[in-house]
Amino acid sequence: MNIPVYLDNNATTPMDPRVLDAMVPYFVQKFGNAASRNHAFGWVAEEAVDYAREQVAKLIGANEKEIIFTSGATESDNLGIKGVFEMYKEKGNHVITTVTEHKAVLDTCKHIEQLGARVTYLPVKEDGLVDLAVLEAAMTPETILVSIMYGNNEIGVIQPVKEIAAIAHKFGALFMTDATQAVGKIPVDVIADGIDLLALSAHKMYGPKGVGALYVRRKNPRVKVTAQMDGGGHERGMRSGTLNVPGIVGLGKACEIARLEMADEAVRLSKLRDKLEKALTVLEESYVNGNVEHRLPHVANISFKYVEGEGLMMAMKDLAVSSGSACTSASLEPSYVLKSLGLSDDLAHSSIRFGLGRFTTEEEIDYAVEVTLKSVTHLRELSPLWEMFKEGIDLTTIEWAEH
Amino acid sequence: MAYSDKVIDHYTNPRNVGTLDKSSSKVGTGLVGAPECGDVMRLQIEVDDNNVITDAKFKTFGCGSAIASSSLATEWLKGKSIDDAMTIDNMDIVEELALPPVKIHCSVLAEDAIKAAINDYRVKNGMAPIESEKSHH
Repeated sequence: MNIPVYLDNNATTPMDPRVLDAMVPYFVQKFGNAASRNHAFGWVAEEAVDYAREQVAKLIGANEKEIIFTSGATESDNLGIKGVFEMYKEKGNHVITTVTEHKAVLDTCKHIEQLGARVTYLPVKEDGLVDLAVLEAAMTPETILVSIMYGNNEIGVIQPVKEIAAIAHKFGALFMTDATQAVGKIPVDVIADGIDLLALSAHKMYGPKGVGALYVRRKNPRVKVTAQMDGGGHERGMRSGTLNVPGIVGLGKACEIARLEMADEAVRLSKLRDKLEKALTVLEESYVNGNVEHRLPHVANISFKYVEGEGLMMAMKDLAVSSGSACTSASLEPSYVLKSLGLSDDLAHSSIRFGLGRFTTEEEIDYAVEVTLKSVTHLRELSPLWEMFKEGIDLTTIEWAEH
Repeated sequence: MAYSDKVIDHYTNPRNVGTLDKSSSKVGTGLVGAPECGDVMRLQIEVDDNNVITDAKFKTFGCGSAIASSSLATEWLKGKSIDDAMTIDNMDIVEELALPPVKIHCSVLAEDAIKAAINDYRVKNGMAPIESEKSHH
């Protein structure tokens, strides 16, 4: 077992060695530009890109012509949202998203608001899921796009995308999903789910950083996005820039491995995750955040009340995890995702996200449980809030001096 | 973000963790911060008849720097008169623990806790509380 134990696979995943093996030839030997149409170097590169396009398409049930390679999910989110807004703004200027989206979606929506879009940021229910009735009530004839994430990066909840897509389509809007955390972890099918645009990233599924894709539907309906980068007109004119051939090959390989292995992997990881969660919620005043039925198999987000997340992570220095506490940020604001669930600030400050992955072992989970139990207990001994709780003092009755 | 060795030392081996009898007239208690902000410090001092601090204890809910700041504060308080203790400045804590700018609020909170504890003791013993010349909030 390697210490520290890596349990932050929602931030990024280590690359699968098989992915690296696939990429290696495309740096030095097969270095060609995939857009060079007149010599073998270019053809070899183009062939590799075409193959990767098929591998990516196959994982999400798409046609290879519908895959636009990008630099990652942030770019895909930008291209999808800005590109749809620019292309369809004559039709309407209303976009719907949720408050628990990744910043790549939220900040892009803020950007198009500057350009005249009207954006509705839907609240979520206490379990993190979108209320379909609330979504339907927000739809207008002006709505051109509904962009709602597939699986949440902090709490792992899976949105009812099929139902969301149906509502969007009923009102003539397109449905886009940021599926960065879901693709490669659970079955995602653009046809069955009714997805018109989808953002994905390689480094969240054991591929390299700096490469991702945007799926753009070509049939029923044919979706178009306005390019956000001017240049050589690559990727059917939607994304200019010389293709990152080794990265794309890596993304393709990562998708292929995921397609073949994710079913078994999900079973193994959810078993380990449940073991971890069960062992940790034995602690008094510990709470699992988000819906536990509709959830990615590899994420557990737990609040340990009366201890602060960053302090806790320092005690658990042999575990690489993340916290909803934002003690390091200037704003001192805890996670907006956890707050959207209606969690009080103190519970949001007390949260730890455990993100399991392909290379997580049972031994590591046992170790994580041991370290976490020890650390929470230790910090509670240091916590005045824990002492007050134990004395039966209602903390909400105390007049705190907010600073 | 890397922590300084001194923060790690205080965090790993916090000095003077504990609770004094807050109903005792010899004990002053300062409870500052708020759970919503992610840090709460409780600092307590026990004072003898000559107004010298004979014991200090803390409990802190917060990040490593907050725990280290309050642990250090209890070390500094012991043996000081309450008047001398009143002069402890948050920047002394920042310097001693090499806190980065983003963690300065932890030292501010520790200073506030010291002053609150002393004032609690003063009021309990018929002295007027001392208004702090600087306002952090």
